[in-house]
Amino acid sequence: MKILVCIKQVPGTTQVNVDPETGVLIRDGVESKMNPYDLFALETAFRLREKMGGTITTISMGPPQTTEVLEESFYMGADAGCLLTDRKFGGADVLATSYTLAQGAKKLGGFDLILCGKQTTDGDTAQVGPEMAEYLKIPHVTNVCKIDSIDDGGMTIEMNMENSLEIQMVPFPCLITVDKDIFTPRLPSYKRKISLADDVKVQMLTLKDMYDTNEKHYGLSGSATAVERIFPPESNTEKEMHEGTTREMTQVLYDILSEQKYI
Amino acid sequence: MAGIKIVKEDCGKEIFDQFNDICPFGAFSFENDKLDVTAACKMCKMCLKKGPAGYITLEEDEPAQKINKDDYKGVAVYVDHVEGAIHPVTLELIGKAKELAAVINHPVYALFIGHNIEKKAEELLHYGVDKVFVYDDKRLQHFVMGAYSNCFEDFINTVKPSSILVGATNAGRSLAPRVAARFHTGLTADCTVLNMKENTDLVQIRPAFGGNIMAQIVTQNNRPQFCTVRYKIFSAPERAEKATGEVVSMKMDDDKKYNSLIQIKEIIKKEKGIDISEADVIVAVGRGLKSENDLPMVQEFADAIGAEMACTRPNVENGWFDPRRQIGLSGRTVKPKIIITFGVSGSVQFAAGMRNSDYIVSVNNDPEASIFNIAHCGIVGDLYEIIPELMEMIKKNPKGNETLEQEAL
Repeated sequence: MKILVCIKQVPGTTQVNVDPETGVLIRDGVESKMNPYDLFALETAFRLREKMGGTITTISMGPPQTTEVLEESFYMGADAGCLLTDRKFGGADVLATSYTLAQGAKKLGGFDLILCGKQTTDGDTAQVGPEMAEYLKIPHVTNVCKIDSIDDGGMTIEMNMENSLEIQMVPFPCLITVDKDIFTPRLPSYKRKISLADDVKVQMLTLKDMYDTNEKHYGLSGSATAVERIFPPESNTEKEMHEGTTREMTQVLYDILSEQKYI
Repeated sequence: MAGIKIVKEDCGKEIFDQFNDICPFGAFSFENDKLDVTAACKMCKMCLKKGPAGYITLEEDEPAQKINKDDYKGVAVYVDHVEGAIHPVTLELIGKAKELAAVINHPVYALFIGHNIEKKAEELLHYGVDKVFVYDDKRLQHFVMGAYSNCFEDFINTVKPSSILVGATNAGRSLAPRVAARFHTGLTADCTVLNMKENTDLVQIRPAFGGNIMAQIVTQNNRPQFCTVRYKIFSAPERAEKATGEVVSMKMDDDKKYNSLIQIKEIIKKEKGIDISEADVIVAVGRGLKSENDLPMVQEFADAIGAEMACTRPNVENGWFDPRRQIGLSGRTVKPKIIITFGVSGSVQFAAGMRNSDYIVSVNNDPEASIFNIAHCGIVGDLYEIIPELMEMIKKNPKGNETLEQEAL
């Protein structure tokens, strides 16, 4: 079977701060890494390939340096990787991002199964998977926590619904987003990295490679939402701060708990 | 093409450095001594606001066709439920929808998709909904994407609501993007503040860019405008004795649209497990906790005050905690009467999951920790010194309350 896994490069830390005086974001040493939730999607792909045979392609959208995470997926076991990169894809919201990824998937073509992580750690929206499925006109299931069985026609999966599990039969082609811990992700193999050397190259696709080359459908132009302003989170105004010895600080905490009758 | 456009590319290294310092995403490049913006640009517009003037400009598209916002009326709430049992986030959203609708004098709608739900739909009329639109069919008994999204689509085409609020449950977070993409419209996830503009644009505020930043987001030229909101962000209205408004029965003309490619085989009820979102008292630990071996110390304190234990994302990633105990955007949202945090720095994702708590006490040894911006009571100190001392005090004064109460008598 042919599997496509969507991965994203995210900042290595979520600690980005705002300079209170200038309002400018302060980033110190922001390294990048693969979105941790995507590791579970990749691992799911590897397990299914072991069972069913076939190939795994990874896809991502972003600036040229995003090839790093696609290469990392090679070292873990992916067969091919594709980066959608174009200045005209920049400033995309969920809608334009999903559209671009769906266009990329169409261009690469012929996938039975598309796998996504539950969400990213920088956007935290969990929306790109379902929107992509809608654009590809294929069914999708989110929060898949277990794959019960799989054959050439489809899969029986378990969708995590907070207080219950829905056992669903979903036919191929389809898209699923997997929960953390569906499988334990493997590490990139150094041996594989050496043996692959420069054999596997990330395929780069730009706007002119797509079936739809209308630039109004991509990036900022293709986005429905606009960021009006960004600002630091408001602080609580009625706050009190205590500094002093451990003894005094413990007393403050004790008094609060005692006053509110927790002890 | 819309975006940041370079006006003067031979700006010199100094000017490039200024832009590079300002841009949080490292999107400026200076190859061959020419200033350019790369695909890393997220359109935060910081460079326009704070950067040196005269080098860049904002190029905006004229929308292909302007929509007529007056064609869309009503603030609609998707009724989240499992086999008719309505999720309480629905009532919270109805409360917010009433506030939003009042600004623009729009009606409040609810969209209810399921089977044998008429009674439940009538119940919603006690919360101030003007119209509850009901799709009732046996094939809608369980949440299934195909049929549910088709009903949603039919509702939008028939009723033309201006704004749609969806609870950010697992079902809601799956359904809302599916439908939003079908209408090529905007969807903002996990909003923490919602306001209405006079021109019916919904002002959506959420933590963004993975940093300690809030973004104010609008859907300027598309309708309906979608957002999802977590449970326990807003407050549910009081139930009125008298029911007002009406239940409207809906049906899709094309019967095939009730069918889904996905088949539901079985629903398994989960055993009532860990659920911190309902807890009244929470003790949360963050990265300040140095070792898994220190957990019993904190647990002992939590037990002493009858609290549920909770944690931040790194603690779950370490495998020290069950993921169901994680607070934040990728975990649970909580709204306890009191939450005490130890060694939590207070990332925006964490804060978004607990900032609506009635009373926040935070202990951290870094006086600059951002958790102190939202704590009602900030205590600068080391959890490894304070907790043991506190436990000693608690043990020395067992049932301190009762003694005090007796004295009062």
